[in-house]
Amino acid sequence: MMLEALRKIAEEHRAAHPPTAKTLKVCVAAGCVSCQSDQVKKALEAAAKKGGADSPIIVKGVGCLGLCAQGPLVISEPGATLYRQVKPEDAAELAAATKHEPVKRLVAPANQVFYSRQQRIVTENFDRIDPEKIEDYIAADGYLALLTTLTTRSPAQTIDELIKSGLRGRGGGGYPTGLKWSTVAKASGSEKYIICNADEGDPGAFMDRSVLESDPHRILEGMALAGYAVGAQRGYIYVRAEYPIAVKRLKLAISQAEKMKLLGPSIGGSSFQFTIEVRLGAGAFVCGEETALIASIEGKRGTPRPRPPFPAESGLWGKPTLINNVETFANIATILRNGGDWYAGFGTEKSRGTKVFALAGRINNTGLIEVPMGITLREIIYDIGGGIPGGRRFKAVQTGGPSGGCIPEQFLDMPVEYESLAKVGSIMGSGGMIVMDETSCMVDVAKFFMEFCKSESCGKCVPCRVGTAQMYDLLCKISEGRATLDDLALLEDLCDTVKHTSLCGLGQTAPNPVLSTLRFFRHEYLAHIEEQRCPAGVCKMCIPQEIHR
Amino acid sequence: MKKTRVATVWLDGCSGCHMSFLDMDERILEIAPKIELVYSPLVDNKEFPEDVDVTIVEGAVSSEEDLHKIQKIRARTKILVALGDCAVTSNVPGMRNPFDTQAVLARAYLENAQENQHVPTDVIPPLLKRVRPINEVVKVDVFVPGCPPSADAIFFVVSELLEGRLPDLSERVKFG
Amino acid sequence: MSTPSRVITLTLDDREVGAHTDQTILEVARENGIVIPTLCHLEGLLPIGACRICLVEVVGSNKLLPACATKVTDGMRVITQSERLTRYRRRVVEFLFASGNHICAVCVSNHHCELQDMAVYTGMSHLTEPYRYPKLRVDASHERFVQDDNRCILCQRCVRVCAEIEGAHTWDVMGRGIEARVITDLNQPWGESDTCTSCSKCVQVCPTGALSIKGMAAAEMKKRKHFLAQYWTLKEEES
Ligand SMILES: Cc1cc2nc3c(=O)[nH]c(=O)nc-3n(C[C@H](O)[C@H](O)[C@H](O)COP(=O)(O)O)c2cc1C
Ligand code: SF4
Ligand code: SF4
Ligand code: SF4
Ligand code: FES
Repeated sequence: MMLEALRKIAEEHRAAHPPTAKTLKVCVAAGCVSCQSDQVKKALEAAAKKGGADSPIIVKGVGCLGLCAQGPLVISEPGATLYRQVKPEDAAELAAATKHEPVKRLVAPANQVFYSRQQRIVTENFDRIDPEKIEDYIAADGYLALLTTLTTRSPAQTIDELIKSGLRGRGGGGYPTGLKWSTVAKASGSEKYIICNADEGDPGAFMDRSVLESDPHRILEGMALAGYAVGAQRGYIYVRAEYPIAVKRLKLAISQAEKMKLLGPSIGGSSFQFTIEVRLGAGAFVCGEETALIASIEGKRGTPRPRPPFPAESGLWGKPTLINNVETFANIATILRNGGDWYAGFGTEKSRGTKVFALAGRINNTGLIEVPMGITLREIIYDIGGGIPGGRRFKAVQTGGPSGGCIPEQFLDMPVEYESLAKVGSIMGSGGMIVMDETSCMVDVAKFFMEFCKSESCGKCVPCRVGTAQMYDLLCKISEGRATLDDLALLEDLCDTVKHTSLCGLGQTAPNPVLSTLRFFRHEYLAHIEEQRCPAGVCKMCIPQEIHR
Repeated sequence: MKKTRVATVWLDGCSGCHMSFLDMDERILEIAPKIELVYSPLVDNKEFPEDVDVTIVEGAVSSEEDLHKIQKIRARTKILVALGDCAVTSNVPGMRNPFDTQAVLARAYLENAQENQHVPTDVIPPLLKRVRPINEVVKVDVFVPGCPPSADAIFFVVSELLEGRLPDLSERVKFG
Repeated sequence: MSTPSRVITLTLDDREVGAHTDQTILEVARENGIVIPTLCHLEGLLPIGACRICLVEVVGSNKLLPACATKVTDGMRVITQSERLTRYRRRVVEFLFASGNHICAVCVSNHHCELQDMAVYTGMSHLTEPYRYPKLRVDASHERFVQDDNRCILCQRCVRVCAEIEGAHTWDVMGRGIEARVITDLNQPWGESDTCTSCSKCVQVCPTGALSIKGMAAAEMKKRKHFLAQYWTLKEEES
């Protein structure tokens, strides 16, 4: 497809769907689908039909609307009224209400701040487009960046734009994306690969999933742009098989894009060709690690290998490979459409742009949010998140999942940036954010994450294979009031060894939840050890039974 | 010169370490004048005495009796030496550890017994769930692995201790 | 893609040495008589960097790197011995003893075992962490060999020699984390394996008593010298 034809589709589609049209948008991402939003959508369609041709109502599926815990969610336009916990029985009432006042009992309580404090780039289309319709994406300026870049920028200029944007990898490490692209672009050899890491395995994380389900074309466009910039012709999306809706929509999106010649040979009339394949992962957390992921695509057992060499040099089938996270790719098209300087205008000096978080735990508004970097934890938790339920006291916020740490109250006014989070012993991670209040025991939290690491360790290297199991046993001992101070010293020693000697990031970061809780909540460990007491009242003490007969 | 009060103890082991001790042969004569052997399977003494300078322990901690014994010994000893693999690693006695205690007793006294099949209750002390190396139960000051440790190693350890030094065995580690 | 090998210089523990860019730190160290301990590595098999015994410090890198799997670069400064490295290496050996059931006194490989040698090398006189005493399997179904998981350290030498040299790929790894085990075929008994050619390469490269020839009594299983990790071959030649 040529640029002109693309523009035409966009205009036609926009004309057919003016913002003034009465529209009911139903979230069709996993959270709402799991509480029957597809039934709600069917019921709304039926109700709209009954309404007759004189006052047409458009019913459409859209992406994740953020307040996932209150689904099924429906937005009524014009007016952007947000309805929550909608049931199929409510359909007729909602359809009728498009002409009158909103249905009060279903309107979500004033969530002004929840939305107004957010900044949408990655999620800009979530409430706008039907993820299964390529025309919707095109009408939202989709594929514009791809076709204009192909004709107006050289690969080097494309990478320059990305460097200017200051974008850093959203898969956890925060490696500068422009730098990674230019390394792969410079790597010798004509055969190169692009991989989109959609293995998202952190417990409680669903940022990438939401992007894939809500706006799949955005990923395809980002990957194609990457292919153009680094000189690759093939891309793989590695998705966990536990995301069936994402897989289905990705496959649909790929076939739609191929049909419109936005993927495949000579894209946009240029000499650039690019194809994308979906590969399924079996849900091993470690397969999100880039070298394990590559081994898995190659059909081998998904275990990491030592780096260097890095994938940029020797990746898939030993060829230079660019691997980026879903959210990283989701930023690309918007950056190239609006320019690197525009993007760099959001966030802070070292952490540009926005970040998507999955807010969970002891907080009023759980769900998916996108915020500008540099926002404080307090704003996220108390403004957007609506604070802690039940008037209980905040204790800590966990970021970075099993590789991250717990941040206590005294740092609530700290800006959310890669460096500042690292300074207090946590990490940005991929976007999990779990809020804990006074009823959470920090030893128990550390134990939970260690159990996760222990069972997700691939078992290849000794320190992680044995160390995580030993640390888990020690944490059990502590939480049950059976431990001594010597056990605590041993735990700290093992943390040090496992962190510094493990082969891959899983083992290297597995001690982090322990180290960070020890740093800020050592008194809780000591209460378990010296007084056989769990201050939060979570852990059950257990008198040792040495003798058996 | 005041003699060093030495004890040797035999927990769950095969007595091989004590044999190896005796294998020091004539070197024992060198040591003998400097020590007072206050407790040992080699001498007849029922109660473990107070104020022992050095206690050398062979064997792992397998039963309730072993457990009480080693705790008392630790309380009454300045320097505790774990002698041999059983004391250091639990070794052969520890081979039952992956299995349930009941299953082990059943194998020994029921399945493999030709006659009089029953698990004794009064002759053998209650077993611990797990056989443990000594240092998992009490603090150990000197480790002398080996099955058994050589007479040379034992002589080195005892000589160093008698000189008031903690022996450095890092160059002489030997298992099995 | 692969750039041709160049001659470079680097420093190993304050010694300046020459090397080729396609060599690993371990290869260059051994060429220059510098001892770096190894367990999973075996010359002739592809390095996997799994045991972490050979970790060295590289100035300017915030991570410790496995000497067996890291290529040298120009001007690299490598530290192969330090208090910290000794401490970590000993802990790795402790991990291996704690996670298996190593009853050396009754083991076929007693006194001819690379794991035992590592305990000696790192001065590990006892464990400072609890033993796990896992319940593990012994497979004596093969006519000539025995596999004993209690003594396996998951170095994957058997896996690699079988796949890379013999070409049979009988061995592989099953399970994750602390549950990982080496298996024959699709976890069938070794004696029923369709792919095993009974060449005994795996038995010879196994650093411990995990793979042995049937009928051996304690301490009788000696592996052929040229199959041992090179450092230990050197050591034996010396003595
Ligand atoms: C144990 C482990 C799991 C990981 N899981 C993921 C994942 O699910 N998704 C992801 O994008 N990156 C994951 N990563 C990071 C990747 O290895 C890699 O750094 C990332 O995909 C690079 O993309 P980025 O530069 O866009 O962040 C994981 C890393 C480790 C060590
Ligand atoms: S650190 Fe853990 S997950 Fe990573 S290679 Fe080692 S065992 Fe596998
Ligand atoms: S394999 Fe080695 S360390 Fe393990 S029991 Fe046998 S001799 Fe001892
Ligand atoms: S059986 Fe031997 S060679 Fe194979 S992984 Fe275990 S220890 Fe290594
Ligand atoms: S990691 Fe290098 S020898 Fe095992």
